[in-house]
Amino acid sequence: MSRIAPNRHSERSEESRDGSRLESPRCFASLRMTRGRRSTEVRNLPKALAFLSPWILGFCFFTIAPIVLSLYWSFCRYSLLKPARFYGLANYRQIVIDQDFWTSLGTTLYYAAMALPAGMIVSLGLALLLNQKIKGQGIYRTLIYLPSLVPIAASSLLWLWIFNARYGLLNELLSLIGIAGPGWLTNAHWAMPSLALMSIWGTGNTVVIYLAGLQDVPTELYESAEIDGANSWHRLWHVTIPMISPVIFFNLIMAIIGTFNVFAMPYMMTAGGPAHATYFYAMYLFENAFVFLKMGYACALAWIQLIIVLALTLFAFATARRWVHYQGRA
Amino acid sequence: MIRRTLFQRFSSHAILWILALIFTAPFVWLVSTSLKSISQALADPPVLIPHPVMFKNYSKVIHNDRLDFPLYARNTLIIATLAVLGTVISSSLVAYAFARIRFKGRTTLFIIMLATMMIPFPVVMVPLYSIFRFVGDHTPLQMLGTSRPLWLPAWFGSAFNIFLLRQFFLTIPEDLSEAARIDGCSEFGIYWRIMLPLARPALAVVALFTFMGAWNDFLGPLVYLQRPEQWTLSLGLQGFQSQLGGAEWPLMMAASVLVIVPIIVLFFLTQRTFIQGIATTGIKA
Repeated sequence: MSRIAPNRHSERSEESRDGSRLESPRCFASLRMTRGRRSTEVRNLPKALAFLSPWILGFCFFTIAPIVLSLYWSFCRYSLLKPARFYGLANYRQIVIDQDFWTSLGTTLYYAAMALPAGMIVSLGLALLLNQKIKGQGIYRTLIYLPSLVPIAASSLLWLWIFNARYGLLNELLSLIGIAGPGWLTNAHWAMPSLALMSIWGTGNTVVIYLAGLQDVPTELYESAEIDGANSWHRLWHVTIPMISPVIFFNLIMAIIGTFNVFAMPYMMTAGGPAHATYFYAMYLFENAFVFLKMGYACALAWIQLIIVLALTLFAFATARRWVHYQGRA
Repeated sequence: MIRRTLFQRFSSHAILWILALIFTAPFVWLVSTSLKSISQALADPPVLIPHPVMFKNYSKVIHNDRLDFPLYARNTLIIATLAVLGTVISSSLVAYAFARIRFKGRTTLFIIMLATMMIPFPVVMVPLYSIFRFVGDHTPLQMLGTSRPLWLPAWFGSAFNIFLLRQFFLTIPEDLSEAARIDGCSEFGIYWRIMLPLARPALAVVALFTFMGAWNDFLGPLVYLQRPEQWTLSLGLQGFQSQLGGAEWPLMMAASVLVIVPIIVLFFLTQRTFIQGIATTGIKA
């Protein structure tokens, strides 16, 4: 058995190498082989299943079972202490009139509206600057990247201290130029912008992804643009941005998904306050599940989150046709 | 013309220098505060260089009768190591099947696997908790209140890493495994003795990111670890903050430094793997 398989494989790879020569007798050979392939595919099944078994088990117990349970419990009253009781659409009806749901959704979207565009502009700008061939490029890159390595619990503590109204770095620096800084995290208006600002500090990861994208832009494009008299602004706007628009799009989608998972930062820094100004969706979900023990309700919130993220992603995809350019497709 | 490029060069240096300064300032502030006495940390106007330098802050964090940071470090390391081992072994096995074994339904299964990446964690968070609780109640294997829920799932393959490794396996020439097969090597032998050694760069990326993920995780430990003696470093930091209540800034900063430094060291040791990993996968550690 092990003797037959190699022959088939090696012939197949040869076939694909000169697949353009359709008149060669090999194309009949490949016809015969499709039948043989099917039986190998069945014969290989036990072997493949053995290799796949970790994932199949994990898929059943850590993916499918939780999804089914989550969906079912979202229609139940379930407090973990008592067995789940079917409750119909009550959870979802409750969510619609739940003030805290709307608050947490609002704060999350407000954060997204600030952190996403700001993060995108800063990280793209940094990537453009770091993509130039200048002395010390490696050092600059490292310094910009390092903050994104900091564990969220540690960076939360650090920024809590930086934002400290009286002794924090930020207000100390502002006072040097005669500005009395606000209370940042203790001020309901400033708390959310503060968190958005902090998120920009950890943007190095996105910068690296942009840098990789920038390096894939063919230099001929810049050369021909320059010959056509394009200045650096034109080159940025008509060459660079369109060429890396798939990367921008990828980062945008990841950021949308990430926003709804923001948890540790507000949990440690503001506990959702002041006055629910930083009460993120993930916090509300967590509190329902593990503080109020309203697990059915938490499941319903999770499914609402899935729907919202899906809708936002689909919306992004729908507009993508206008601004995302894939190479090889006009 | 030359003057313009010189000017341009100078200005981008200047901008980069300022930006690098801004991005580095929090680190400087962090280390500086961690070495100050409390009175100096709260001094007005602020001082940058601590005087006297309080190295004692670090020993106060490490030898603390309320929070046992060395223990948290050990807990974190154990969880991270088990998660790394599990992910690397299981994901590479599964990836091998998807990359190299032709079997019925491969494409369908592969698409299903990719689809599971789209499921947000909150959707499965509550049921996972209940499942672990159920297992703990009905088998001798205690789950809640132990670190098992944090590393056990890693042993059952993670979709993203399977995808990553499969892509890498596809780039390894098939002739190598064919030659081994002709020599009578079993499928597992091919995976173990040919594919794994060749896939070392990709495995390093997977291992590194899994390690960082486990080290940085906050929500998972918060949900599953109940007793302080099981805490990870992230929970330790949080416990520190809630116990000291925003007074002992130098100690909190010293604790943060201790949590950050291993990751930064790891980064410098594995820099190339690291950057390549992010560039090709686009994930955050």
